Amino acid sequence: MNSREPLAIRIASRGVQAFFLLGLLLVWFVATNVWHISTILLPNPLNVWQQLIDVVRSGEFVGDLRITLTEFASAFTIAVALGVTVGYSISRSRYLIKVFEPLFSAIYAIPIILFLPLYVMIWGLGPPSKIALGATIGFFPIVLNTISGFGSVDRTLTSAARSMGASDMQMFWHVLLPAALPIVLAGLRMGFTVALLSVIGSETIAALAGLGHRIVNLAENMEMARMFAYIVFVVAIVAVLNVALTMIEAYARWQ
Amino acid sequence: MTAAEAAIRICDVSHQFGEIGQARHVQALKDTSLDIARGELHCLIGPSGCGKSTLLSVIGGLTKPTTGSVTVSGKPVRGPMPHDIAYVFQESALFPWNTVLENIVLGMKFQGVPKAKRRDRARRALEAVGLEAFAQHFPGQLSGGMRQRAALARALSLETDILLMDEPFGALDEQTRMVLGEDLSVLLSRSHKTIVFVTHSLGEAVFLADRVAVFSARPGTIKQIIAVDEPHPRKPSFMTALKFHALRDQLYGLLHDEIRKSIAETAPLRRRYDDTAEKNEGVA
Repeated sequence: MNSREPLAIRIASRGVQAFFLLGLLLVWFVATNVWHISTILLPNPLNVWQQLIDVVRSGEFVGDLRITLTEFASAFTIAVALGVTVGYSISRSRYLIKVFEPLFSAIYAIPIILFLPLYVMIWGLGPPSKIALGATIGFFPIVLNTISGFGSVDRTLTSAARSMGASDMQMFWHVLLPAALPIVLAGLRMGFTVALLSVIGSETIAALAGLGHRIVNLAENMEMARMFAYIVFVVAIVAVLNVALTMIEAYARWQ
Repeated sequence: MTAAEAAIRICDVSHQFGEIGQARHVQALKDTSLDIARGELHCLIGPSGCGKSTLLSVIGGLTKPTTGSVTVSGKPVRGPMPHDIAYVFQESALFPWNTVLENIVLGMKFQGVPKAKRRDRARRALEAVGLEAFAQHFPGQLSGGMRQRAALARALSLETDILLMDEPFGALDEQTRMVLGEDLSVLLSRSHKTIVFVTHSLGEAVFLADRVAVFSARPGTIKQIIAVDEPHPRKPSFMTALKFHALRDQLYGLLHDEIRKSIAETAPLRRRYDDTAEKNEGVA
């Protein structure tokens, strides 16, 4: 989003976005109340709303939310720690970049979720297999962007710093890091998204608890309105996480 | 020139990129020797790829020569010597995420200047290049000429005896580079620094230099050294003087054949041009 856009245009595009979402909601309402589509396929939005209030009031979500968030936080932390350290180490050598960059790109293109059964065999049905899968999938965009961020720092800048006597530490903090940061942050954002997708996604496939598991369970019991309420709940949580990430990102850039 | 007078001694420096036999092998510099006196402005001029920038980077300790050695103020160069040598690069090597003032202060931090002295020295360097009003600007907010002034201020703030300038005005338009050249000549007459200045421009070389080293085409070596006997600071009127034009013509005469030789490497381009000419004839 370009912040230099005139305010009027920004408000106008926000308005269109809001109208689009409201339109979808309206179609949903009309489809269930006027056209009488089967409530098994599409529950009434008013029912979903009631179920959502019940889910939030009863506090039934707390256990599943805690598990999903813990899994995601662990997976993302591992992915960031490994991705950034491995990526930075590789970026220091042109030879290593030449070896590992194409390798990681190739693996990143594979749907790694196919290995979920293997992960479950190794780590069981509980959180560890979700953490391992989320960390694996989140690792690749982070490591790739870290390599490209630190590997593509303008040589004139590093030469200038070296000619002025910068130590290795000073070179890292004052030249390499600020030069690489925008690309590394973009990688962290991608890693964040794919790690979250894999954690929730793998919960829907093979799990004992968690929000993904809860949603599948409700579907299997034909409790469609409550299932939709949980989906809305997850969307809201993800939106909150994204806003938090954007704020952290803005703060890091400002620093 | 005795070793004591020479600020920089270059002895039999050769440099090649890649190994012999490799496709990427390039002999950039061959057996180059040169003494640069204290307080002189020495220009290096030559066709593209003749190794003049490579030589500058060897002097600055940023490139280790394949053979040969360089001594600066009697000390052999084994790496960057931030207390003796400051560098100004062709494109702005300012850190884009720092303001002009922060850039200058950071340079002194790298060099090891005590914190208390940095701001004051930065202000003085900015005044010297006439950029006091732009201390809080980011490089991206400045014109190309102003960015190079800021880069010069950063180099001046390091208070080294030697300044290496790698086509510092190369990316600027003719008028801007003329004005910056005049300013540099004034600065030089005040500071008594030793300056090695790489350039493509014949006029710039004659206008600025005490001596000009003319390089041959690749593998580059010094073909001849021409002295420009004219005191600094030099006035714009020098550019219209007979002496200026005589020296400029002499330089052009020396460079002409070398430039032809370096253009010959791009012969395939010319053949393609001939091909299309023939085709056009065929159509006509």
